[in-house]
Amino acid sequence: MISMKNVYKKYPNGIVAANGINVEIKQGEFVYVVGPSGAGKSTFIKMMYREERPTSGDIVVNGINLAKLKSKKVPYLRRQIGVVFQDFKLLPRLNVFENVAFALEVIEESPKVIRKRVMEVLDLVGLKHKARMFPTELSGGEQQRVSIARSIVNIPKVMIADEPTGNLDPETSWDIMNLFEEINRRGTTIIMATHNKEIVNTIKHRVIAVEGGLVVRDEVGGDYGYES
Amino acid sequence: MKARTLGRHFRESFKSLGRNSWMTFASASAVTVTLLLVGVFVMIMMNLNKVADDLEKDVEIKVLLELTADDAAAAQLEKEIKEVDGVATVVYSTKEAELEDLIKDFGATMGLSDQNNPLRAAYYVKAENPQETEKVAQRINRLKNTYSVEYGEGKIEKLFSFLNVARNIGLGLILALLFTAMFLISNTIRITIVARRREIEIMKLVGATNWFVRIPFVLEGMWIGILGAIMPITLVTLLYYNLYEMVQPYLKGELFNLLPLTPFLYQVNGLILMMGIFIGVWGSFMSVRKFLRV
Repeated sequence: MISMKNVYKKYPNGIVAANGINVEIKQGEFVYVVGPSGAGKSTFIKMMYREERPTSGDIVVNGINLAKLKSKKVPYLRRQIGVVFQDFKLLPRLNVFENVAFALEVIEESPKVIRKRVMEVLDLVGLKHKARMFPTELSGGEQQRVSIARSIVNIPKVMIADEPTGNLDPETSWDIMNLFEEINRRGTTIIMATHNKEIVNTIKHRVIAVEGGLVVRDEVGGDYGYES
Repeated sequence: MKARTLGRHFRESFKSLGRNSWMTFASASAVTVTLLLVGVFVMIMMNLNKVADDLEKDVEIKVLLELTADDAAAAQLEKEIKEVDGVATVVYSTKEAELEDLIKDFGATMGLSDQNNPLRAAYYVKAENPQETEKVAQRINRLKNTYSVEYGEGKIEKLFSFLNVARNIGLGLILALLFTAMFLISNTIRITIVARRREIEIMKLVGATNWFVRIPFVLEGMWIGILGAIMPITLVTLLYYNLYEMVQPYLKGELFNLLPLTPFLYQVNGLILMMGIFIGVWGSFMSVRKFLRV
């Protein structure tokens, strides 16, 4: 599903964010990526949907080698991956329905299918009744649910989430986690970078700890392992 | 790309115009101001050019015949003049006609009469290219039976060089104005797009291709260009129409005239519209380009 081999990443400012990472993630897994700030967590995540390109090494997602992927082909890769961000990244000028529909418009889906699929996922995240509202009219948790709806609307095999609960209060965070659990139960691989100790320690899954650009711990059902 | 995606891009571009109404207004205003300037300027320059052309066309060579030349010699000369390189038209004027012209110009007061006509018959020759009048005149001068060849030596050279300088300055000014306009407008459009940089980034992260992001922006730029062209087209039309109606009666029978309303207004307005569209499209295209690398 996802495999990283000897991945090395050095930024132009000299910072080494990945110093030989080797990871294998299988279809249907739920993986937490943990580690202190500045340890290379974000780079690890960003390389999976090619926002960052590794300096050397191979990253294979869904059979595509991202290290060799041409910039022009990147949009096609991203259509196979659902990405959820800490800051939601919703289009401010589009309403809820349009934001979710956008992911289907880029693959030139028919309006009929778009309507059906969008209403389905909005129903799943519990926001069907707010389809006509704009992002600014929603709470943080609601915005994150819209972005989750967008990420799963074209049924990707992998979902990547970069601190999806980072901007949310604890209660809302649990709601979001329940959604992730549900999506994972349906067979989608989830890779989630997080700082949330309670979530990692309560909903047990595989934990990959990144420090200094290296995987320092990789255990199924592990703890968060840092003082938060 | 599917047709319905193109339809989606069109809808999206209209929606965006409405939802960013202030930015639309700002960009369209910038287009309006510059196109108005360019429009008025082009209007003035094209008319100056027309006046210059008219003046040039009026330049002719007067070939006076030898008094000894009889009808046959005159006919022979006419044939020869017509064969000279660069000659467009030749008009014959008898010495009687010449005298009548003179009397018309100065009145009968000078006591000129048919009885004692000192004038010579003449050919009035126009060059194909007025700027080459001098050369043509020299060629005609070499022919037999020409007494003298006059073409306003010195004066027309000055006129021509003045007209050429005026044209070049005009052209230079129009180009400079166009360049400034493009710069100004693409800057305004860039500001509106920079404000939406995040949107472009998000679209790319969700899997949109570069063209998918770009086309609505480019279409939006086109609408802005068209919107911005409406006012200048209206104003230029009104202005020129009124000016033409006002000035035209005084220019009847003069050597030069303004350009007639049609096709001139269509040309100028077409130019303004095309420029508006081009500037809008080009400005958006260049501004989006920078933010597509995500």
